[in-house]
Amino acid sequence: MSDNPIGASYVYLLEPEVRFLEAAVEHLIPTDELGAGARDACVVVYIDRQLAGSWGTHGRQYRSGPWMDGTPQQGYQSRFTPQEVYRIAIREINQHCRAAFDRPFAQLSPGAQLSVLKQLEKDEIALPSMSSKFFFDLLWRNTEEGYFADPLYGGNRDKVGWKLLGFPGVPSSNYRHLITSSEPYNAEPVSVLDVQSGKVPVDAEGFPKHVMIKPNKEN
Amino acid sequence: MSATKLKPVDVVVVGSGVVGSIMSMELASAGMSVVCLERGRSIDVNTDFHKPDVYDELKYDRHSDIFQNLSRDTLTFRNNDAQTALPMRELGAFKPGEMVGGTSAHWGANARRFLPHDFEMRSQIQQRYGKSFIPEDCNLQDWGVTWDEVEPYYDQFENIFGVGGKAGNLNGEIQAGGNPHEGPRSREYPNPPTQATYEGSLFGDAARSLGYVPFQGPTAAMTQDFRNLYRTQMLECAHGGFCSSHVCAQGAKANPLVAVFPALSRLPNFELRPLCNVLRVNTDSTGKKATGVTYIDARGNEVEQPASIVILGAYCFSNTRLLLLSGIGTPYDPRTGKGVVGRSYAYQQGGSVNVFFDDREFNPFFGGGMVNTSIDELNGDVIDRGPLGFIGGAYVDVAARGAAPIKGKVVPPGTPAWGAEWKKAVAHHYRRNLRISIHATCLSYRHNYLDLDPTYKDAFGLPLLRMTFDWNDNDLRMMNFMNERCTEIGRAMNGSGIGGKGKGTHFSMVGYQSTHNVGGAVMGSDPSTSVVNKYLQSWDVPNLFVVGGSAFPQQPANGPTETIGMLACWTADAIKESYVRKPGSLV
Repeated sequence: MSDNPIGASYVYLLEPEVRFLEAAVEHLIPTDELGAGARDACVVVYIDRQLAGSWGTHGRQYRSGPWMDGTPQQGYQSRFTPQEVYRIAIREINQHCRAAFDRPFAQLSPGAQLSVLKQLEKDEIALPSMSSKFFFDLLWRNTEEGYFADPLYGGNRDKVGWKLLGFPGVPSSNYRHLITSSEPYNAEPVSVLDVQSGKVPVDAEGFPKHVMIKPNKEN
Repeated sequence: MSATKLKPVDVVVVGSGVVGSIMSMELASAGMSVVCLERGRSIDVNTDFHKPDVYDELKYDRHSDIFQNLSRDTLTFRNNDAQTALPMRELGAFKPGEMVGGTSAHWGANARRFLPHDFEMRSQIQQRYGKSFIPEDCNLQDWGVTWDEVEPYYDQFENIFGVGGKAGNLNGEIQAGGNPHEGPRSREYPNPPTQATYEGSLFGDAARSLGYVPFQGPTAAMTQDFRNLYRTQMLECAHGGFCSSHVCAQGAKANPLVAVFPALSRLPNFELRPLCNVLRVNTDSTGKKATGVTYIDARGNEVEQPASIVILGAYCFSNTRLLLLSGIGTPYDPRTGKGVVGRSYAYQQGGSVNVFFDDREFNPFFGGGMVNTSIDELNGDVIDRGPLGFIGGAYVDVAARGAAPIKGKVVPPGTPAWGAEWKKAVAHHYRRNLRISIHATCLSYRHNYLDLDPTYKDAFGLPLLRMTFDWNDNDLRMMNFMNERCTEIGRAMNGSGIGGKGKGTHFSMVGYQSTHNVGGAVMGSDPSTSVVNKYLQSWDVPNLFVVGGSAFPQQPANGPTETIGMLACWTADAIKESYVRKPGSLV
């Protein structure tokens, strides 16, 4: 399904978790006439790789106790790492869905899924181990990252997030001449992955040459 | 385990950022033996910041290994004394650096001098409006230096960092094209100014129609290839974005790695020691003389480096914390208002007004290099504060943002936070808006301060620094005023919509704001309200100099880096010209 060699393989996430996340992220950034949504952009692959890496285990974050809830202004205060947050929260949300609807989140109707997500966002579902809003906010943050970060990280398949915006990715050496221009600059986006994998050559300065495209039609 | 004691050197410098690198360069060039200790790793700009790897928003904006590694050392934070401070577990509001080159390696290149007013804010406000105009709990104070004293050192720093701009005031004569409200400059900028972007021109026209005087603000991203005062070479900015939070792969954004270290590392009497964590400044039995510093080296050994002069040139937080850990100076007590170390912590106020268009399309990904069109009429004390009822000001600009796709999207107020409508909005508006940014003062208050946390420890078992900080009524009133003025300018651009970025009434650690943290070891002329004198020399320990953002008594609008660099030049000169001839207090 992907031109990305990472494909749809999962290092940390378990299959039922993948199903949960694919269903959830598709509501957060849906597929529509503007292009692929988060599921088809492989945002769940992105989340999996983040959870498996240093960020997922909070390798560079302060992790010592004591732990308290704190105020909203004090930020992340969970004693759980992102890996643990996803595993615990997905299990507990599925338990909630089974109790309320007799099936896990991924098997609910799209309308019911959307309603559960909105409840999570408003902290209206009382999960046993954490605030549902806390999980929702983390999921949204990672979804947005996965949709718009360099495809190097497994998401933003085919640079769909960048095409949606008209963001050209790795800059060309031309910007220096165009910085005062009032003409819209429209180029096929280039990713770090494109350069690393040899799909796009670079000039002597190390900048890729952009392939210009016609301006996007009004969206 | 006892510390390994090394041979004494003339000077030991803690930190290798703007302050550490420039002071090392100045003092080593004068013939002194200098050792510079840096907690972060050493950097080879050609391999560490290689194209295309640098053009990665996720890596450098969110997960960067050039920011402070919080697993070893962070700070705790609360809005007020009634709360329990909790650790900053992940980076949010600000991003202190951890590498050779320091925080300034990833700065935004905004290279503004402060205004003359900023150095004498208390006395000038008091004279113009009366003492009762200053909020009772505000620590507003003068710096102990004046514009005329420090102007040559701004000039020196600008010739090290290759600042580009157009003078607005040359020796008292107002110059067309520059900022008419800046302090008198002794000469032009070393590099030419930037040129206005499309967005900048729209802003400039709108501002001019309302009576403001727009100009191209200064930048420390090279506006042409440039060889600086130390004969190091920097290249012209390519405006590829990925600027603030990133280190420039082009070598175009001045920072210690490209502006100082290529020359500094050639000096035989200079030694850089990376991966060394300083634990404390040592003093002799009188407590009045520093004998050197103790640190943990890369292999985990405890090492004592004796020195005749100790310079704390680290980030605001580290400078203050090292003083507290070393028992130098009286810690500030917010209940009595007495004591000085940790007193007058301040931050930076900021906000923005976005103007949306249906009929204009921009290239928001161009930029970086601080290409900005600015106005300064709202800054300093230019317009009468009397009827406004607040102290402080802002400069306002439209800068080429290099808007990156994760964090650089803007949608009109009322847009859903996610889902199909949000997706449509980001697609439509990403290239059809411009941002008017407000960069504003943050005053110091009695109840905003730094001290040692009673509970949380760093990886060496030492207490974390604790920050107690919140916004204040004066600053919030000032920001409301600035938002109203920027909304007027925005409306004059005839966009399809306008929206400000709302800010809570409480300072929050969540979401990036600015890495402009200042105070805690402030400079001044009175030892009861300052840690260091006008030469950044400790009142208590005259062979200790504490230099950096930590010395700011409050935060002016203009961004701290240029003034931090200026203070490094100023202090180095005082040491070279006065202190070494007659060691002891310089005042």
